[in-house]
Amino acid sequence: MTTISKIRYSRRSMLKAGGAAVAAAALPAPMVWGQETKNITLRQFGTGVSNLNEVATKVKEDLGFTLEMTALDSDSVTQRAATQPDSFDIADIEYWICKKVWPTGNLQAMDTSKIANYDKIVGTFRSGKLTPESVIAQGTAPHTVGFTSGQNGKDFVQEESGWMTLIPTIYNADTLGIRPDLIGRPINNWSELLNPEFKGKASILDISSIGIMDMAMVVESMGEYKYPDKGNMTKEEIDLTLGIFTEAKKAGQFRAFWKSFDESVNLMASGEVVIQSMWSPAITAVRSQGIPCVYQPLEEGYRSWGGGIGLSASLSGMELDAAYEYINWYLSGWVGGFLMRQGYYSAVPETSKNFMSEDEWGFWFEGKPAQGDITNPFGKVMEKAGAVRDGGSFYDRMGAVACWNAVMDENQYMVRKWNEFIAA
Amino acid sequence: MRKTSITGWLLASPLSLILLVFLAAPIAMIVVVSFWGATEWAIYPAFEFENYEFLLTSSVTYRVFLNTFKYVAITWACTLVIGFTVAYYLAFHIRTLTWQIVLFLLCTIPFLTSNIIRMISWIPFLGRNGLANSALISWGVIDEPVEWLLFSDFSVILAFVHLYTLFMVVPIFNTMMRIDKSLIEAAADAGASGWQTLWQVIVPLTKPGIMIGTIFVLALVMGDFITVRFMSGSQSANVGRMIQNDIALLQYPSASATAVILLVTVLLLIGTLLRFVDIRKEL
Repeated sequence: MTTISKIRYSRRSMLKAGGAAVAAAALPAPMVWGQETKNITLRQFGTGVSNLNEVATKVKEDLGFTLEMTALDSDSVTQRAATQPDSFDIADIEYWICKKVWPTGNLQAMDTSKIANYDKIVGTFRSGKLTPESVIAQGTAPHTVGFTSGQNGKDFVQEESGWMTLIPTIYNADTLGIRPDLIGRPINNWSELLNPEFKGKASILDISSIGIMDMAMVVESMGEYKYPDKGNMTKEEIDLTLGIFTEAKKAGQFRAFWKSFDESVNLMASGEVVIQSMWSPAITAVRSQGIPCVYQPLEEGYRSWGGGIGLSASLSGMELDAAYEYINWYLSGWVGGFLMRQGYYSAVPETSKNFMSEDEWGFWFEGKPAQGDITNPFGKVMEKAGAVRDGGSFYDRMGAVACWNAVMDENQYMVRKWNEFIAA
Repeated sequence: MRKTSITGWLLASPLSLILLVFLAAPIAMIVVVSFWGATEWAIYPAFEFENYEFLLTSSVTYRVFLNTFKYVAITWACTLVIGFTVAYYLAFHIRTLTWQIVLFLLCTIPFLTSNIIRMISWIPFLGRNGLANSALISWGVIDEPVEWLLFSDFSVILAFVHLYTLFMVVPIFNTMMRIDKSLIEAAADAGASGWQTLWQVIVPLTKPGIMIGTIFVLALVMGDFITVRFMSGSQSANVGRMIQNDIALLQYPSASATAVILLVTVLLLIGTLLRFVDIRKEL
């Protein structure tokens, strides 16, 4: 009980300190926040990553309204956002999905002046630069599809226009996962995925828009080709990339392909696969079974992804106000802390810090050695004292992003070729 | 006379309505959509042959269909041999009806769990460090784990046979139970050996059951996508997976076109099979 009231208190006080004036001006109808909000239900859907029941419970507790969550895989999420705009109020989607879905007009632009913590959102999602010196990575970088020209805009603009397509919520830098005990030597390059040494023991994910980027990282690392822009390949580049992988597939390089998180965990934990594309929480899931597994930082850098919250175009009135309240709450720290303790990053890291212990913050964000046991939000011990996060600090990891998950101009061609690769 | 014809119409109408709404209409819709066009996120009404053109000119389509037929043929052969043997044993070697029923129900027990679970439980069993490999190694049969046990055509077909053999057992058992026992006695009296009785009396009389089982297995394997995906580790494709991929990528028209071609293929196959055996006689 005490922790809850403490959290509530700190959230309120933060809002107060963090810009009561902004909040008051930004939330246009404060009088609705009474008994009526209890009857509001917002329907959110998205990938399993951040569609967590804990968030819905906490929303009910802190904000009073009901959040209904539906978790789907990325393909179904895209499909639903594009084809059934009335089936949701809030879409929790990735930026590359946004690039596909935004032009349909099923989502509405969000007024950044109503977002209390807008100025604290990390640079990656605003100017595209994490630090002023950062080089913008290839692919669908979030800021390139993060803004639109106005309230009813269906286009993307490259500057901070005051109208956001998605409010960033969660992101991470992905790389290859390995079983150090079964490999027994250092792995430093993406090209190792196709190293014949791991014949029959490698895997790649069967989600075309993400898989193609992993492939591009491998092809470039092998020295086969240098892409002008991995995130927007020409037909010839797609043929070349998938050609190299089809050859490897026919030679028996891959044990299996995976499509869902659990599959990747099982492949790795059972030792069927020793090197594969993987997501961060899958690594921790393998490790928590007592099996060594490393999220290996590689010389060529990371393939990164980012997700955000979008509002359905049909949302209006009290529900729309509730949705803005939800977004402000989302960025105010509790969810950020919850996600960061699973290895993701929050769009406003500094607010999340208030909801993490110093040791947790040091381990997950600053890349410092853990002082004591590091537990995940569900109380399970993830790391023992002395452990250091693979890849180091936030700036080390997010600063070494080489490309973002992407949708290409030749997407349809790529998808067809991808199907041929799977059938080959 | 008039009254009975009205009653007849009334009795037939619920089924006709259900078939019309839930079978004929959706198929008609699929056929219509297969001529539509698609962008990345939407489909638009049109009348174009682009979907069929792409499908019928792509070598991948033929390879995938060929692979599907391969799965069907091997699965059919295995389920037929196992199904016939089991049904034969139940029908002719078990003497009392009670035991026949008890043993028959025993065959159906695995089917009380979901078929996905029955399929997935093969994965830890067949894996590189799975039960099968560790047992074989400890018996000294092999030195290195056998890789082709899992995520291969072998594992796909194994799962198919495991999942669908009962669909062969049931109709064959059913027809065998109807065979007049005096025919077998007559064969024995006429001096036929056990094999001759089997080949010349039982098999011909069981043909309708075999045919019904064949239709079940054929339709189930041709339409499957999940078994192939899990048991091949997404490395092999059949027609069902092709459709699934298209749907996942919002390419409904292309998925519909593939579905139409699959439907036509299955209907042609079943039509051909029905030329050989008159199953109506049995039903």
